[in-house]
Amino acid sequence: MTARERIAGNVAGYVDDRTGAAKWMKKNLTKVFPDHWSFLLGEICLYSFVILLLSGTFLTFWFDPSMREVVYEGSYAPLEGLKMSAAYASTLDISFEVRGGLLMRQIHHWAALIFMVGIVAHLLRVYFTGAFRKPREFNWIIGVGLLTLGIVEGFLGYSLPDDLLSGTGIRIAEAIIQALPLVGTYIAFFAFGGPFPGEVFIPRIYTVHILLLPAIFLALITVHLMLVWYQKHTQFPGPGRTEKNVVGYPLMPAYMAKAGGFFFIVFGVTAFLGAIASINPIWLYGPYTPGQISAGSQPDWYMGWLDGLVRMAPPLETHAFGHTISWNILIPGLILPGIMFTGLALYPFIESWATGDKREHHLLDRPRNAPNRTAIGAMALTFTLVTLLNGGNDIIATTFHLTINQMMWFSRIGVIVLPPLAFIITKRLCLSLQRADRDLVLHGRETGRLVRMPSGEFIEVHEPISAEKAWLLTSHEQIAPLELPESDAAGVRRPAAIKNKIRNRISRATAVAVPKATETERRELEGHH
Amino acid sequence: MSSEIEMIKDPGLPAHVHRSMDIDPKAAQRAERQVAILFILSALGTLLLIYSYVFVQDDIFIFIPVLGNMHAQQLGIGMGMAIALFCIGAGAIHWAKTLMPDEEVIAERHEFRSDDEDREEFVKTVKEGAAVAGLGRRPLIKRTLGAALGLSALTPLLLLRDLGPLPKDELTKTSWKAGTRLVTDPGDRPLRAEDLEVGAVAQTLPELAPDQHRTLNDIAKDAVLLIRLRPEEFNLDAERLSWTHEGIIAFSKICSHMGCAVALYEQQTKHLLCPCHQSTFDVTRAAKVIFGPSARPLPQLAITVDAEGYLIAQAPFNEPVGPSFWERSS
Repeated sequence: MTARERIAGNVAGYVDDRTGAAKWMKKNLTKVFPDHWSFLLGEICLYSFVILLLSGTFLTFWFDPSMREVVYEGSYAPLEGLKMSAAYASTLDISFEVRGGLLMRQIHHWAALIFMVGIVAHLLRVYFTGAFRKPREFNWIIGVGLLTLGIVEGFLGYSLPDDLLSGTGIRIAEAIIQALPLVGTYIAFFAFGGPFPGEVFIPRIYTVHILLLPAIFLALITVHLMLVWYQKHTQFPGPGRTEKNVVGYPLMPAYMAKAGGFFFIVFGVTAFLGAIASINPIWLYGPYTPGQISAGSQPDWYMGWLDGLVRMAPPLETHAFGHTISWNILIPGLILPGIMFTGLALYPFIESWATGDKREHHLLDRPRNAPNRTAIGAMALTFTLVTLLNGGNDIIATTFHLTINQMMWFSRIGVIVLPPLAFIITKRLCLSLQRADRDLVLHGRETGRLVRMPSGEFIEVHEPISAEKAWLLTSHEQIAPLELPESDAAGVRRPAAIKNKIRNRISRATAVAVPKATETERRELEGHH
Repeated sequence: MSSEIEMIKDPGLPAHVHRSMDIDPKAAQRAERQVAILFILSALGTLLLIYSYVFVQDDIFIFIPVLGNMHAQQLGIGMGMAIALFCIGAGAIHWAKTLMPDEEVIAERHEFRSDDEDREEFVKTVKEGAAVAGLGRRPLIKRTLGAALGLSALTPLLLLRDLGPLPKDELTKTSWKAGTRLVTDPGDRPLRAEDLEVGAVAQTLPELAPDQHRTLNDIAKDAVLLIRLRPEEFNLDAERLSWTHEGIIAFSKICSHMGCAVALYEQQTKHLLCPCHQSTFDVTRAAKVIFGPSARPLPQLAITVDAEGYLIAQAPFNEPVGPSFWERSS
């Protein structure tokens, strides 16, 4: 035993005497993690969150979250002598006077965008592979919570510099609050300490941005990861993989090195973006004043869909009994997003209700094998993409020489027509892919080799696929539709008949599938050839 | 029938394939060297960072194709950091992929559900605990506790009351009064009608008394846009026409939709466009909404000239400016 080993042993012994950690560590250091590139998406979110904490802490050392009026005397000549808030002036100072300050600001902003992209990509992976199914519904809901908080946190973050663009964003947020029936004006006056913009909003959202929300993030991320750890990761189907096992690499050492290395890669890429790609150049926008604005005002991308919804809303307002209800703000700004996020959070329960499937699932679905789910996902994505496009309708219109009216009408019609279309097309595509899988198993792979038969006929030689591939293409489960009783034994319609009828119908739609290829069929076909 | 159908069978986990590094010591040495080179590159990155931080002057810009003129110090610090971090990561992963064991292992899963026995025990414990506490038998305690907890929840709400003043009629008032002069923003110069050419636009604010200070709160309500057309281009009723002066018409610049500054004026079509959500207002018809999400025209300010020929407000705005709110009556 070398001296180093002895010291390590002593330290470990010291800790274990006091905590009994050895038993737990022994078990968990060899914990098995399945490998797939898409499992890295969640890791990207975790790592960019750490980057956000580090770079954000750096920024707080210089940022002055105050709306106090100051006269700029820094080194950026075009703004010399201008009146502005201390928040804006200190952001300029971070950008121009602090060495590496601009880099850190850009790293912070890029990391925030990557965080949000990561969350959405991770959510899509989890959704389309069915990883949210029992027993992982809690983690799905936590994930939706993290997405929602991420949007709010990002918005508050880019609002802090108090530049012309972000001030305009706050103005819009204030208008949404003010539009709430009954309590809107009161909440707006409490939040802003009086009429807009006031002098307290930036310091208040600063506390929320750097203390309150990060603490909630930390708590939710911890629970999210502990659940992943405890419930063990899902895995893609394949040879040797079942609902009862996990096939992968032990945490120590390879997985640890890979995951730890990946943190540095994400940080390195973010630093690279921060070094070369300018983001949010607030010195070009100027300080906020409510009387000015710049053309092409755009929020960050994760707010774009919301702005797009607001832009396409029809001009509806109700004036009655001396009161005003702004449907043009309430519907796109609060009601629709509320429905979207509630639907998202409840999806696991809706699906299990529709299929009647209450079992645990640890093997992921290939999206084609769950056509209904995939089609619903495509529908929701299409809706969000149309609204996101409309959030940039002015930029798109000027770039592609369209009128803003054409863009707006495309979105207004598209947001209603395109999602159902996406549903139908995606469902058909999934079934076609299932059919292609079936053909592949039964008839083998097309080799591209043409052979002329003695009879003069040309045929293409097919090669049977490997046993592993055949298993992958046929191992999925096909759930039979529900057959709930619509009438009792005597043939009398039960009161619950209508509900059962609806559930049966939904379940039938969900269960639509191309029959899997079987060994029997394969053998029969071989006999023919 | 169904029992005769045979499904395709699971061939089981494929046999492990050894990497060249596992069998060839030379390949393993090569991989080791590659990992070391990546770590050395990382160290060089940190050196670049230190050099840029300490020695590169703040006023040096270097031209880099595609990127343009870059601030040398920021670029050096950033690239140094990126290289240092990325290469540590790349080295660690390369190490794991080439030299650490890559044999897949199988671990069993266990059902999360507790045994029926444990579940029953749990339910029993909870029931017994509740029974011992006597929550069901002592409704008085239950009700008073409920009331106390409910009331205590009011505390944070109450303590947050002083976050801001009550709105009162704050949203319905602006600084404009009968006779207030319109002054340029920026500059605070009073305007005469002849200062504006036909087709011109000016951003204005109410004139301040010498001892007054203008805050952003004032601008958020008071900003007014002046536009001069030819008088015959207006399509207004007699009252609204009387609010204009020699073809000059004044609107609140704060959008009636969500309060952005309505700052884009198209001279040819005489439309005002809000860049936030593209509400479009027709200037010739008293800022009637002709497109976009806004439901109301921009409030019009009645203007005229005073004895010295300066533009003044005839009267305050006759409706609240800015976005709608619950208490707004029209």
